[in-house]
Amino acid sequence: MSASTITPDLIAQHQLTGEEYAKIVATLGREPTLTELGIFSVMWSEHCSYKSSRLHLKKLPTRSPRVLQGPGENAGIIDIGGGYAIAFKIESHNHPSFIEPFQGAATGVGGILRDIFTMGARPIAVLNALRFGPLDDPEHGRRNRRILEGVVSGIAHYGNCFGVPTIGGECVFEQAYNGNPLVNVFALGVFRQDEVFYARAAGVGNPVIYVGAKTGRDGIHGASMASAEFSEESKQKRPNVQVGDPFMEKLLLEACLEAMKTGAIVGIQDMGAAGLTCSTCEMGSRGGTGIEIDLQHVPQRETGMSPYEIMLSESQERMLLVAEKGREQEVFAVFRKWGLDAATIGQVTGDGLLRVKDHGRVVAEIPNRLLADEAPLYDRPYAQPFRRAPLEAPHIPASPDLTRDLLTVLASGDVCSKRWIWRQYDYMVRTNTLAGPGGDAAIVRIKETGASVAMALDGNGRFCYLDPRQGARLIVAECCRNLSVVGAEPVAATNNLNFGNPERPEIMAQLVAAIEGMGEACAFFETPITGGNVSLYNETLGEGIFPSPVVGIVGLLPTGPPVTVDFKQPERAVILLGGYGDCDAVRFGGTQYVKAVLRGLWGLPPELDMAREKRVHAAARELARAGLADSAHDLSDGGLAVALAEACFGPSQTGAAIDLDADLRPEFLLFHEGPSRVLISTADPERALAVARAHQVEASVIGRTQPGRLTIRLRGETLVDAETARLYVAWDRALERALRPAHETS
Amino acid sequence: MKARVYVSFKPTVLDPQGVAVRSALHSLGFDQVDDVRQGKFFEILLAGGLSAAEARRQIEAMAQDVLANPVIEDYQFELIE
Amino acid sequence: MKFGVVVFPGSNCDHDAWFAVQHNLGHQAEFIWHDSTRLGDADAVILPGGFSYGDYLRCGAIAKFSPVMNAVRAFAAAGGPVLGICNGFQILVEAGLLPGALVRNRGLKFICEPVQLRCETTACGFTSTYAKGQILRVPIAHGEGCYVADPRTLDELAAEDRIVFRYVENPNGSLGDIAGILNRERNVLGMMPHPERAADPLMGSTDGLGVFQSMVQSFARVASARS
Repeated sequence: MSASTITPDLIAQHQLTGEEYAKIVATLGREPTLTELGIFSVMWSEHCSYKSSRLHLKKLPTRSPRVLQGPGENAGIIDIGGGYAIAFKIESHNHPSFIEPFQGAATGVGGILRDIFTMGARPIAVLNALRFGPLDDPEHGRRNRRILEGVVSGIAHYGNCFGVPTIGGECVFEQAYNGNPLVNVFALGVFRQDEVFYARAAGVGNPVIYVGAKTGRDGIHGASMASAEFSEESKQKRPNVQVGDPFMEKLLLEACLEAMKTGAIVGIQDMGAAGLTCSTCEMGSRGGTGIEIDLQHVPQRETGMSPYEIMLSESQERMLLVAEKGREQEVFAVFRKWGLDAATIGQVTGDGLLRVKDHGRVVAEIPNRLLADEAPLYDRPYAQPFRRAPLEAPHIPASPDLTRDLLTVLASGDVCSKRWIWRQYDYMVRTNTLAGPGGDAAIVRIKETGASVAMALDGNGRFCYLDPRQGARLIVAECCRNLSVVGAEPVAATNNLNFGNPERPEIMAQLVAAIEGMGEACAFFETPITGGNVSLYNETLGEGIFPSPVVGIVGLLPTGPPVTVDFKQPERAVILLGGYGDCDAVRFGGTQYVKAVLRGLWGLPPELDMAREKRVHAAARELARAGLADSAHDLSDGGLAVALAEACFGPSQTGAAIDLDADLRPEFLLFHEGPSRVLISTADPERALAVARAHQVEASVIGRTQPGRLTIRLRGETLVDAETARLYVAWDRALERALRPAHETS
Repeated sequence: MKARVYVSFKPTVLDPQGVAVRSALHSLGFDQVDDVRQGKFFEILLAGGLSAAEARRQIEAMAQDVLANPVIEDYQFELIE
Repeated sequence: MKFGVVVFPGSNCDHDAWFAVQHNLGHQAEFIWHDSTRLGDADAVILPGGFSYGDYLRCGAIAKFSPVMNAVRAFAAAGGPVLGICNGFQILVEAGLLPGALVRNRGLKFICEPVQLRCETTACGFTSTYAKGQILRVPIAHGEGCYVADPRTLDELAAEDRIVFRYVENPNGSLGDIAGILNRERNVLGMMPHPERAADPLMGSTDGLGVFQSMVQSFARVASARS
């Protein structure tokens, strides 16, 4: 290997600290080559090594009898019975989506899809959690609108063309995301339990085969960019963004699944962040083997690429696989059929080293374990979680017009209908979608087993900002509640931890508290975390985002017509499971009412009694499965009033006459966001109430459905009275209106 | 005054559409095709009375901010009287 | 009856069409790879939805050169029934088996939603089980489904009763609200909506199943006339 000229500047440019570099030199027993430095920089980046979060991630529960594969592989795997399994995971593509919204979001979808099908599972569902700055922000509104439009069309472009239904998600607007939008994509695939493939290189002498798109100079340093705060300078060094090719990915999917059926494939991994580097050393490390490749055999799109560039390229739609020696031709034949490049670039060795050659000359030689498993681990100091919002509540004036307030909340960015977004997603392809976007949970049927899988994503940055631990617990509770109202039993979870700079103790404290809260709740609700993603350094020019953990939970239920949110017909009893709940001014401070009507943020998130929450889930689930719920909807953003209004937005626009009997002041009663509550309508209130009683869940009939009008009274006094059509229009058109401000329409 | 603006991916950026068209051309027997890049073409009619320098400045701004994303795309333009 | 479902690189509703025929309709379906020069013993051919060749040049523009398309042309010329759904419709138009063109939706966005269709004619082998004027609820999912043709073609389509489906509320700007048309011989139907997505009660509508049932009925009629 050539003598290297590694300067302190070069080390800093590679986002490595002096100590980290010293560790490299000590372990290698020599100075690294430039190519090796590049390899270390991506493998030891926050993005690949989780060096700031790994210590704390260990606090998360990861096991249950259903978990076939926990964290550490490309995706977690859950037994769904009947000999079948699902693989699922969530991943972020936040920074690229800020720089190039369309391609950033598109390649985010592409990356997570590859994580799923590299395991042998066919992707059958995608959801996404999006965070943007406010569309009407005086300073950044135009850019925020452009980012949202680009992200949504990027997701649509990739998912629609690939042929996976995008069936749900959530979208939230906060100033904290002005310079740092979040794009988290969840994907789920299905396969037989005997069809699972792992990313392990085994069998000394077996060929290492490269398949898919050719390698270009795409996204070099993407992985280390994703771990650095944005500065004016990083906005300049831009040519890092990759272009996604969903058509290529579709071919790659079909070819990989077909090639796996030949039985000639030993292990396979996609090339995501850090491309060839990450896939080679991780496969070797997991298999306890070495890998030797020669870069001259790597299919290249551009000429004159250096070993450094080839190893660090993040060109999309590529896979690395290890085949059984002597059976290469079977694999090649499949890829030829699909018109894809496939080339043997090296072989598995017994020495545990990643050895990279360029035309026979060794340019890198590093132990795989050092790269993949022995990255530095940091126990970063943490203090009190950062918050600027006051703990005390200001005086909350009595509302002069609660109907108007309800209209305001319904039309606010977080609560309003996201139809403008999901209408652009093909949510029906593969004809499995029992419940698509817009409901509490999305449901796909598994044609092969007669069972269905429900899934939901939840996050609440405001709650987590006020109290990261409690916020994270509330997110898990809400996500499980979303699944339960459609009759599903939550079984496993994946998480995306979006935070700011972990080197700041007050930010690290947010991360630690959120992980701990999430761990407690996931353990309690028996939804182990089987994998996920950590996205740190979400800051632009020193401004951090809200602590934004997002959780995706999957649940199982028998296949059948879904229970949906909307009231179906008049003269049904409306039941509130879980009661009116409790609230005070401090616990009211993180609600949508305070955000949309009072334009504030203070206090603490709502309280949560997890045991009570779990009983509500069981009751809701039983009601759904017994066919006792005509409709069911969980109470969350906007509280009882918004849940009631949303139940009026079905095709029949059936409304309700509600009579409440509670001691809370009207604003709290209607809009507080206390958890553990579900709204149902039913033809058989006696039986429904009996189910609630059996689960020791407070429940009462609060009114009846009626045609076309929502009226809510408190002990005879009218609080809200409006035609459902009027509420619907405010809710349904708000997003489109916000995207087309008056001064921009022609 | 009229401006013609051409936008295409930078040479180093993958152009999936160009690749797909190239392989279609190959399969139809056009073996001499080495590479295809696909782009966008805009014809922009500007109000009369604009100086060439001002037109150039405006088209440049449009291309930079709206028509192309300089992160991944290059543009060229010509002005026609 | 046996349906052949053509698979182009990038087709993604091929399996949905196969499933609708096999499980919801209860007839046989078989995939036909785009490289194939023959259709085997298929009694009808379906060109499914998707993004053949990524739809990168124009939708359907590259797929029309696939070897299988010569076989489809010959099959259609011999009177065999051909159903093009969504991308399949776009391919049929690009291949010249149907007149006109499909361009970007008026709103420039991909639209996925159930729409209402009016069945305008039952005088063909694809709609005989419907009533003329019947309203069907069938989903659309496309970015380029706006049907355009010159006025003479539009007049001809109307005069010859070749407009099979019209949108009740036009979602994409299609001229004449056209959602599906026939060739002159009435054995090739192209439609943007997805009948295979409305063939199972669990998917919210079974209104699309009639298209396949009509094909079966028509096949049985032809077969019994032959014997």
